[in-house]
Amino acid sequence: MKTKKLTVMALTTALAMILSFVESQIPAFVAVPGVKMGLANIAVVFALYKLGWKEAAAVSLVRVVLVSLLFGSIASLFYSFAGAVLSLAGMGLLKRSGKFTEIVVSVAGGILHNIGQIAMASLILETDALRYYLPFLLVSGTVAGVVIGVVSAIMVKRIRIDTD
Amino acid sequence: MNESANNKTAQKPEKARYTRDLIIAGVLLLAALALFFLMRSRQARDTGTGAQAVVTVDGQEVGRYPLQKSGTFPLNGGSNILVVENGEAWVSDADCPDKVCMGMGKISRNGEFIACLPNRLLIVVEGAAEQSPVDGMT
Repeated sequence: MKTKKLTVMALTTALAMILSFVESQIPAFVAVPGVKMGLANIAVVFALYKLGWKEAAAVSLVRVVLVSLLFGSIASLFYSFAGAVLSLAGMGLLKRSGKFTEIVVSVAGGILHNIGQIAMASLILETDALRYYLPFLLVSGTVAGVVIGVVSAIMVKRIRIDTD
Repeated sequence: MNESANNKTAQKPEKARYTRDLIIAGVLLLAALALFFLMRSRQARDTGTGAQAVVTVDGQEVGRYPLQKSGTFPLNGGSNILVVENGEAWVSDADCPDKVCMGMGKISRNGEFIACLPNRLLIVVEGAAEQSPVDGMT
């Protein structure tokens, strides 16, 4: 079981990294700061439903570190890390409650990712001016979260993994 | 009979659960939109004299530029170029690779800001007179 699970986790992480890279190549999402599709979250939601909370956390955090080092900067690592941690906590709890599908889980993940990043940016820039930006990010995060949630739901349904 | 009622939520057909979650997401979206427009309407745009662009680097204020005084100002040792014109401020050039601050557009309302995270630079509009909608009507 161990080897297979590890392999699936590695594959999912690789997928998350590729999705991050693809997204960074789409100019429309780079122009407005903070606004993201969050394509990589497809892989994280997938891991959350198929493998479990710890595994999803590993996939997400390894992805954040590797992508920041490869394509971003140390600064981007801080922001992404804060977003990823908050997002993972929220998604894990909602999934655990057993009441929600991938859609609500992914929307919460998107919104919390934005909140985490704004909070970290506010800390680093030592300002509270960024809160004015939050409502805008909440709108974009919700829309992106629905799209990502629908895609994740399809993937979770169609891809079968026997980890036992 | 009683049992099936207890299990109702768990036994809900998959499709219904997804529909319900989509509705939850829709409600969230409406709430976010409402918050967005509410906050925006409270940010008065000011063409008077008070508004200024306050520039901070690393949380330390390094300069204030009144929005009524047009000009081009190098910030932070020239890492970012601030342009003020017609009561609006924007960044016309930056030495960072991503140029996010240049893409953030023009700011003129209270609380609007431009941030350049790589240079830890922040430009916020302050001191624009608050205009309540009621005053606008009278």
